[in-house]
Amino acid sequence: MNNERIPVLTELELSEIDAELAHVPYRSAAAIDAMRIVQRHRGWVSDESLQAIARHLEMSADELDGIATFYTLIFRRPVGEKVILLCNSVTCWMKGCDKLQRRITEKLGIGLAETTPDQRYTFLPISCLGACDKAPVMMVGDDLYENLAEQTLDEVFRS
Amino acid sequence: MTVQLPLTRNIHADRRPTDLQAYEQNGGYQALRKAIPGMPPADCLQTVVDSHLRGRGGAGFPTGMKWSFVPMGENASPGHKYLICNADEMEPGAFKDRLLLECDPHQLVEGMILAAYTLQADIAYIFIRPEYLLATERLNQAIADCHRKGYLGKNILGSDFSLDLYVHVSAGRYICGEETALISALEGKRANPRAKPPFPQVSGLWGRPTIVNNVETLCNIPHIIEHGAQWFIGLGVSEDAGTKLYGVSGRVRNPGCWELPMGTPIREILEHRAGGMEDGYALRGLLPGGGSTDFLVPEHLDLPMDYSAIGKAGSRMGTGTIIILDDRTCPVAFVKNLIDFFAQESCGFCTPCRDGLPWSGQVLEDIENGRGRPEDLETLERQVSFIGAIGNTHCALAPGAMEPLQSALHYFREDFEKHIDDGRCPYGEPH
Repeated sequence: MNNERIPVLTELELSEIDAELAHVPYRSAAAIDAMRIVQRHRGWVSDESLQAIARHLEMSADELDGIATFYTLIFRRPVGEKVILLCNSVTCWMKGCDKLQRRITEKLGIGLAETTPDQRYTFLPISCLGACDKAPVMMVGDDLYENLAEQTLDEVFRS
Repeated sequence: MTVQLPLTRNIHADRRPTDLQAYEQNGGYQALRKAIPGMPPADCLQTVVDSHLRGRGGAGFPTGMKWSFVPMGENASPGHKYLICNADEMEPGAFKDRLLLECDPHQLVEGMILAAYTLQADIAYIFIRPEYLLATERLNQAIADCHRKGYLGKNILGSDFSLDLYVHVSAGRYICGEETALISALEGKRANPRAKPPFPQVSGLWGRPTIVNNVETLCNIPHIIEHGAQWFIGLGVSEDAGTKLYGVSGRVRNPGCWELPMGTPIREILEHRAGGMEDGYALRGLLPGGGSTDFLVPEHLDLPMDYSAIGKAGSRMGTGTIIILDDRTCPVAFVKNLIDFFAQESCGFCTPCRDGLPWSGQVLEDIENGRGRPEDLETLERQVSFIGAIGNTHCALAPGAMEPLQSALHYFREDFEKHIDDGRCPYGEPH
């Protein structure tokens, strides 16, 4: 590994990571928090970011990658400005999430795990979002959309 | 008159949050003021034991007994003890903890302070799924307000008890809700469950004594401490104590979540609260407590929703959030959706789970798509007995996954056979 090529984490990222380190007994214990912090600032965790975080936490980049790839919401590939999380668990499935999935694909021209060419949206499935009384549901960025119908999608994704 | 529905007394129909001032005006933090300095930790523990409170996360283990395994006093080695609130609600069909977290964060925080005081734990975490953004924001606000008020931090209410409480936002995966997997995740590792023993009460987070409790479980603690064990037992209308947040989702007129006396009959929840089935749909079956519980059928509607009665009927009350299977939804596809979920969410450590669940999913897919063979039913039965056996895997994910499958094979066998005989699914896509 060529150390000179590793970008330094920003002061802000470092200070946020160090705040987590203050209450864990060893540095690698903050691995998930650190990756979430960097992802919040950069959208995803690139190989370069991963190496920088690993160095800061005194662990190997491979070990950190093993952790990163375990968790569904740590992104190791670039994602769009907003991530669409469409629930496909049982109640949402009964209430027609497959149809909604096709409509989103039709509207945005992307299938699951794809990003729009303008980098606005990445489309992912998600396990039960814990709003089953309002099924079908999805999140777009930080917002939860409940009782979805195909017409609602048209409003949400009006270009 | 004392409170009959304590958990939701601060929860409003518009779901606005109850802040510190409103919480205190409605009697909040009185339980904490009663315990500190009035009740030594051993008295608090005895009260929780006597209340017969059972874990609301799904397993129903007696909370007081779980707590009693934590080494106390002279038996405790020097160092930290931890309390963790499991707010990683991700069981398909479960949406009850979200209500408690978003609408009354102080109830949980007070419950955690009291639990930590009882266990003499000095550090506590709320482990929350990343999608619960509103809940995270409101919890952080509640914690900040408590620090200002002296309910958290050093020397709480002037006592020698101190507690730090942190919100840990997870990064996804259902398995994190399993208590030993949650501990692994909180340690910054892959969320692989651990073999027990040692139990977390003795060796949990960073090898220290640790208690993991569900949100709803901890929300009961202030009320039990304030009103006493006998009051709590008196709230239930069957064998189990307290109240319960019950939920219903699927093709009912009014899906939702309600606090009712523990042991309320299923029929009352479905008909009086959820408003009965939607027009044009009939009840075929139901999962009483989330995606990892066995089906019940209409003949079970008059059973009380409690741990014992649902257990005797061959299922589990689980989270108490009911999922309805209607007569226009294919039972094979319904179970396939659940098995696919569990296969995807397996941590991959134990072979029966990692390799067995995708195999079950493949067999179900073949049946659903008209490629099923008569011998497939035997294969599924064999998978149920091997994958479903407790002890073949570190945790209960795979056995839980087999519960809806085994009961579907029992109650809806003719549906499986018809798929195989006709070479097609007789139902259309859900709409």
